[in-house]
Amino acid sequence: MQLDSKIPDGPLTEKWDRHRFELKLVNPANKRKFKIIVVGTGLAGGSASASLAELGYNVKTFCIQDSPRRAHSIAAQGGINAAKNYQNDGDSIWRLFYDTVKGGDFRSREANVYRLAQVSNNIIDQCVAQGVPFAREYGGQLANRSFGGAQVSRTFYARGQTGQQLLLGAYGSLSRQIAAGNVRLFTRREMLDLVVIDGKARGIIVRNLVSGELEKYAADAVVLASGGYGNAFYLSTMAMGSNVSAAFASYKKGAFFANPCFTQIHPTCIPVHSTYQSKLTLMSESLRNDGRVWVPKNPGDKRPPNQIPEAERDYYLEEKYPGFGNLVPRDVASRSAKVQCDMGKGVGDTKLAVYLDFKDAIKRDGRDVIAMKYGNLFQMYEKITAENPYETPMMIYPAVHYTMGGLWVDYNLMSTIPGLFVLGEANFSDHGANRLGASALMQGLADGYFITPYTIGGYLAQASLEKIDENHKEFDASFLKVEARIKKLLSIEGKRTADDFHRELGHILWEYCGMERKDEGLLKAKELIADLREKFWENVLVGGSGQEFNQSLERAGLVADFLDIGEVMVIDALARKESCGCHFNEAFQTEENEALRDDENFCHVSAWEYKGESCDPAFHKEPLEFENVKLTQRSYK
Amino acid sequence: MTKAGDKSCINLKLKVWRQKGSDVKGRFETYEARNVSTDMSFLEMLDVVNEEMILSGKDPIAFDHDCREGICGTCGAMVNGRAHGPEKGTTLCQLHMRHFSNGDTVVIEPWRSRAFKVVKDLVVDRSAFDKIIQAGGYISVNVGGAPDGNAIPVPQEVAEKAMDAAACIGCGACVAACPNASAMLFTGAKISQFALLPQGLPEAKKRALAMVGKMDELGFGNCANETECEKECPKEISIENIARMNREFLKAGFL
Ligand SMILES: Cc1cc2nc3c(=O)[nH]c(=O)nc-3n(C[C@H](O)[C@H](O)[C@H](O)COP(=O)(O)OP(=O)(O)OC[C@H]3O[C@@H](n4cnc5c(N)ncnc54)[C@H](O)[C@@H]3O)c2cc1C
Ligand code: SF4
Ligand code: FES
Repeated sequence: MQLDSKIPDGPLTEKWDRHRFELKLVNPANKRKFKIIVVGTGLAGGSASASLAELGYNVKTFCIQDSPRRAHSIAAQGGINAAKNYQNDGDSIWRLFYDTVKGGDFRSREANVYRLAQVSNNIIDQCVAQGVPFAREYGGQLANRSFGGAQVSRTFYARGQTGQQLLLGAYGSLSRQIAAGNVRLFTRREMLDLVVIDGKARGIIVRNLVSGELEKYAADAVVLASGGYGNAFYLSTMAMGSNVSAAFASYKKGAFFANPCFTQIHPTCIPVHSTYQSKLTLMSESLRNDGRVWVPKNPGDKRPPNQIPEAERDYYLEEKYPGFGNLVPRDVASRSAKVQCDMGKGVGDTKLAVYLDFKDAIKRDGRDVIAMKYGNLFQMYEKITAENPYETPMMIYPAVHYTMGGLWVDYNLMSTIPGLFVLGEANFSDHGANRLGASALMQGLADGYFITPYTIGGYLAQASLEKIDENHKEFDASFLKVEARIKKLLSIEGKRTADDFHRELGHILWEYCGMERKDEGLLKAKELIADLREKFWENVLVGGSGQEFNQSLERAGLVADFLDIGEVMVIDALARKESCGCHFNEAFQTEENEALRDDENFCHVSAWEYKGESCDPAFHKEPLEFENVKLTQRSYK
Repeated sequence: MTKAGDKSCINLKLKVWRQKGSDVKGRFETYEARNVSTDMSFLEMLDVVNEEMILSGKDPIAFDHDCREGICGTCGAMVNGRAHGPEKGTTLCQLHMRHFSNGDTVVIEPWRSRAFKVVKDLVVDRSAFDKIIQAGGYISVNVGGAPDGNAIPVPQEVAEKAMDAAACIGCGACVAACPNASAMLFTGAKISQFALLPQGLPEAKKRALAMVGKMDELGFGNCANETECEKECPKEISIENIARMNREFLKAGFL
């Protein structure tokens, strides 16, 4: 199958406008007749549900949590980018576009990224109009801060709770549409299968997590905004419920999975401290605006940080990357921390940590200013570690944080299954091999507020959709398949819990498919995962029944899918014989240990097609063409 | 109090409310939690207890949680009679076992309120909060056509105050802590956020009437100035917001 990205013709700056003009419109009177299912109520799904309903479509929205307001997006801390240039520091749509393409190590689509930069400004306007309490300057204007990979200050924020405030904005708009009867909301529902009829996405099967019943819902289009799969690693900064299950079910029904090995490992997280640990906590990248990263110069230095004199500290980021200093992109900062720890210069009990020090910033700006900017983060740090970051430097280490990979989508955000649109972190679209900070919130809201409302119209206006409902035989087939899998999970009655398997999978992925990869390691991981999956299906212990509220059953289902995606991640990493962004294969590096791309052979998106339980997926390539930026070795010096 | 890094362990007795579903009667059951590391969070302690229960063929304790960072508002339970446990300004997921001592008995119950039915064990149905927001907890603005973000300046102190109110995570602890199961702090926080911001003014009256009306309709109690809500709120939302809501409501009534 030839992948057609459907990028419109014309100059980069005019593509989106042209495309919007060329897209067919749905007659306003007909919109009500079209049913659209939205899975997910994070920034992407919440904003899409609200906007589609405002346009008049008949929307059904689903989420796992008890309320749409609790989607994982709520946890985003640092901020959202936009090319407003309010600081007059030389920002522009072009610069945001360029920074994002470069930050992604030239593995994203120019046209998508440019559109993202274009609509970024509309997002801020929309959110302000919704009453999002962004930080303000004394004069009442919107305030900005800096994030990694940029030399301009373009990040808008609401303390360390930006995701919460943006999500509550979208949730408010969604609530308004629910009250108006344009959206029907289904909470505590887990999507377990996509129903495809005549090659088109026409509905979903969900499990009602309270009653345990399986339910069928038919529609004319399905929007998947189910978030990222970082939890495959077991420990990550993602919410506990974040999963790959909805995306994986769609993959099994024919949606290609793009760049699955592109996982972002975030440099500033609270280090792992024990085996029972259930998740990792991010310390927002915004902290790198004012915090300085360092390790002791002498490996094994055991003195407490405050007793190590300046001369014996290694501010390795400032040293190596004077241009960007502590604000280098995430992949670079993470790998640098690993390199320091590998040299024995790590700190703390486990020696797997580096310092993030605010002493100089507090001296310069005063404690109050720092508290206003980061108060809630400092408080969170203290709650977890019982240490006070105003007085002693934070200890941080990289952790899995975001997945750039996701379901493949074209310029319209439609997957390889017609009628299945994929938004937000669940798609692969805009971040290439590394996402810049504060751009996931931007992308989720761009997809939901400003892109899909148009492109779905274009699809519905020209698709010839047979009239179907939940009685169609494909719904029965999906239903039976899902039911059989639940029965199977419950009937194994083995000796290990799903979490136990999940922990082991996490170790494998972190060790062999994490910050540094080697072909031997990846080959080994592939075997280990296949073996673990086999054991899982022989020896998992779930307990309880399917006809009740059963969190152990929910977990088992998620873990089964993580085992599957884990293998696809490894296969993808093996196939990419270069290093780029987050994908650092030891065999491909520059003399200065930076990722060495191979633009000749790997300037493409890798898209994987499901070929059945016991086969490896089939590889498809979408070549990336760069007409507006020159491919260069990234430099942050 | 032990410090992080001390690998000290404690043994606890847990008295946990077990209830199969919303229509069946519940009761307390007692469990032993052994070798609990004081570095664990409360929910990690429950994870370990649950793993053991699964392995020994028992029904694990159902509890709601997601972010485990104190921001999503999903977790929550009464711990020894305190909503989210004994620490001030802390959600249950952010409560660490270093605040307990060896040999303690810990009583764990779900939120109890007429408007929040128990779903299972510690899990409750808080959809009433969503309904209060649906009644008017938003600014009615469609996508498209918003003016430039800087077109309406908002003084910094106003933005900060609005943010203080907007920090509510919708966890329901205020309702659980209130002797009258009132939802005034939750509702007041949302009404205040929009009453403070210029963007919220056009609908201020309508919003106050609709949200307060919905709150009453859903069976939440009245505020009798007990101030328990403010004490137990993990985000330390101020009861000033209740006063502001009352003013908004009165203003709206006299229009
Ligand atoms: C700690 C942290 C901090 C971050 N900070 C920032 C930041 O400062 N700036 C930034 O730009 N980005 C940040 N990010 C990234 C960003 O928050 C996410 O990428 C983004 O919010 C994802 O939004 P989403 O709408 O795609 O998915 P999510 O918010 O993950 O929403 C997924 C939705 O899908 C539903 N769902 C999932 N699976 C199913 C299923 N099977 N059935 C039914 N429903 C399902 C869920 O219930 C949920 O409603 C941060 C991420 C983390 C982890
Ligand atoms: S006001 Fe406080 S206690 Fe009540 S729901 Fe909001 S955060 Fe929770
Ligand atoms: S789990 Fe999110 S606030 Fe506790």
